[in-house]
Amino acid sequence: MSKTLIIAEHDGSNLNPSTAKCASCAAAIGQDFDILVMGSSVNAIAEQAAAIDGAAGVTVVDAENLANPLAVNHAAEVVALAESYSHILGPSTTYGRDLMPRIAALLGVNQVSDISTVEGSHHFTRPIYAGNAIVDVHAPENVTVVATVRVASWKAAGNSGSAAIETRSASAPASANTRYVGLEAGGGERPDLQSAPRVVSAGRAMASEENFEMVYELADLIGAGVGASRAAVDAGYCPNDMQVGQTGKIIAPDLYIAFGISGAIQHITGIKDAGTIVAVNKDADAPIFEVADIGLVADLFTVIPEMKQLLS
Amino acid sequence: MKILVGIKRVIDYNVRIRVKSDASGVETDGVKMSINPFDEIALEEALRIREAGLAEEVIVVSLGGNECQQQLRTGLAMGADRAIQVDTAEDLQPLTIARTFLKVIEKEQPGLVLLGKQAIDGDNSQTAQMLAALWDRPQATFVSQMNMSGESVTVVREVDAGLETIEVDLPAVISVDLRLNEPRFVKLPDIMKAKRKPLEVIALDELGVAPENNLEVSKYSPPPVRAKGILVEDTAQLVTELKTRGLV
Ligand SMILES: Cc1cc2nc3c(=O)[nH]c(=O)nc-3n(C[C@H](O)[C@H](O)[C@H](O)COP(=O)(O)OP(=O)(O)OC[C@H]3O[C@@H](n4cnc5c(N)ncnc54)[C@H](O)[C@@H]3O)c2cc1C
Repeated sequence: MSKTLIIAEHDGSNLNPSTAKCASCAAAIGQDFDILVMGSSVNAIAEQAAAIDGAAGVTVVDAENLANPLAVNHAAEVVALAESYSHILGPSTTYGRDLMPRIAALLGVNQVSDISTVEGSHHFTRPIYAGNAIVDVHAPENVTVVATVRVASWKAAGNSGSAAIETRSASAPASANTRYVGLEAGGGERPDLQSAPRVVSAGRAMASEENFEMVYELADLIGAGVGASRAAVDAGYCPNDMQVGQTGKIIAPDLYIAFGISGAIQHITGIKDAGTIVAVNKDADAPIFEVADIGLVADLFTVIPEMKQLLS
Repeated sequence: MKILVGIKRVIDYNVRIRVKSDASGVETDGVKMSINPFDEIALEEALRIREAGLAEEVIVVSLGGNECQQQLRTGLAMGADRAIQVDTAEDLQPLTIARTFLKVIEKEQPGLVLLGKQAIDGDNSQTAQMLAALWDRPQATFVSQMNMSGESVTVVREVDAGLETIEVDLPAVISVDLRLNEPRFVKLPDIMKAKRKPLEVIALDELGVAPENNLEVSKYSPPPVRAKGILVEDTAQLVTELKTRGLV
């Protein structure tokens, strides 16, 4: 029997949208799929998972040591369930990227990273070289497929399902040599970058943390999430979780507006799947204009205040 | 304590990648090759730990043909004490790479293994996690701050939600992120000195590792190109355009 297991991601109170995106990938693979929710007191999250369209069942492993997303503890629980599944999928978020290779190694298989399309139950495409090449990858049929799903490539599955929820006790003791200390959340109240339909983003040109305020104000006016280039994060103008690109977040909003971002390949790879890319840059030769759907050669310090005025 | 650092030879991050017209791979002829930028950061961190007196030896390890000796020599010039090339002509997948590192670990008994969080060619982001699992030691991935304190290390990880702090006991595998440090520049005298530092070559099969490259890549394609966009004259036009397209 072939069945897929999806590893749910959550923050203790809400299911991360990446789980419903994994569900779309699982649906494309075409066999029944279950969703695994690991954590402590996660009944509400299990309910959200059970509502994902197409889910056959939800398995909850509830234990105190699973409350924090430590890969060592989570991997052990997944491996304990692995036998019943031909495919195990996790999101390409930092949670999934940390966890899934550990599972793959414990199962003795190679991992397919960042599935962007499904061509067959064991045939996928994925980007390499910061999205500058796409490869067709074939996984062997006689071993478990362990993979991460490139969340920017998939739309979230709907939520009108009602799968049965089954609770299991944890199989493995907590690791003694890895200890969770805490999380310093970055972004705050704004829409989550990885699921926001609109994102306003800015780069090194902002020149200071104070100047970044106007980017937040514009974003708030149109209900957008806020992103940044690596240069802006490195310079300390904004927190790390705002970085978009090869080594930051790969996103696919309907609208992406880039202010003062040159368009290095490492940045572009993070926005290639955006619906409409808008670039505002004072250098007409900036490479960002090669991918922009709408370009404006101008000084952002004039454009942002004008936009705020016209949009309020 | 010894620190083991993995180094991968990759196409330099500044090179524009081109897929070969026969779909068999990407163009590498005459292309500049470098140390994977993340690995350079891993090495820099190892050197700083040694310079702070918390480690005695830094060993750089690369898996590949003789050409990767060039990157190992760069690592030695940066300050690594010695280098190991695990010689193989095959393009190894992460599971085999992790198994190979484990063999080297069994020989060298390091207290810490530092790897890049991903290689900018395959973008897999797997080897460190796989190695930690096989070695049955803690993993700390995407690390942008490290503090060594005796038998353990406190790290800050760059995660989607912000900055996560965890503590792991040594030995451990740590995969590093870009903001951990800025690698030093190599000076000419160091390059000369590096030529005399030991570089050991071990054949992959001597380590008893059989490559398991069972993900088959059948085709390389260029990414889809976006349709050509338009230029607007001023902010008013931009806002009108956004409104007409129903985007704001
Ligand atoms: C391994 C590796 C991984 C990387 N990963 C990422 C990643 O994930 N994300 C990422 O973003 N980068 C990444 N980078 C860095 C990337 O190569 C670029 O250095 C970075 O994206 C540049 O940021 P920027 O566009 O803000 O700055 P710059 O390249 O300095 O560009 C600033 C732009 O602002 C414009 N400008 C200046 N003043 C104004 C003004 N007043 N009005 C309008 N325009 C103005 C300039 O014309 C210029 O185009 C990575 C690099 C490496 C080596």
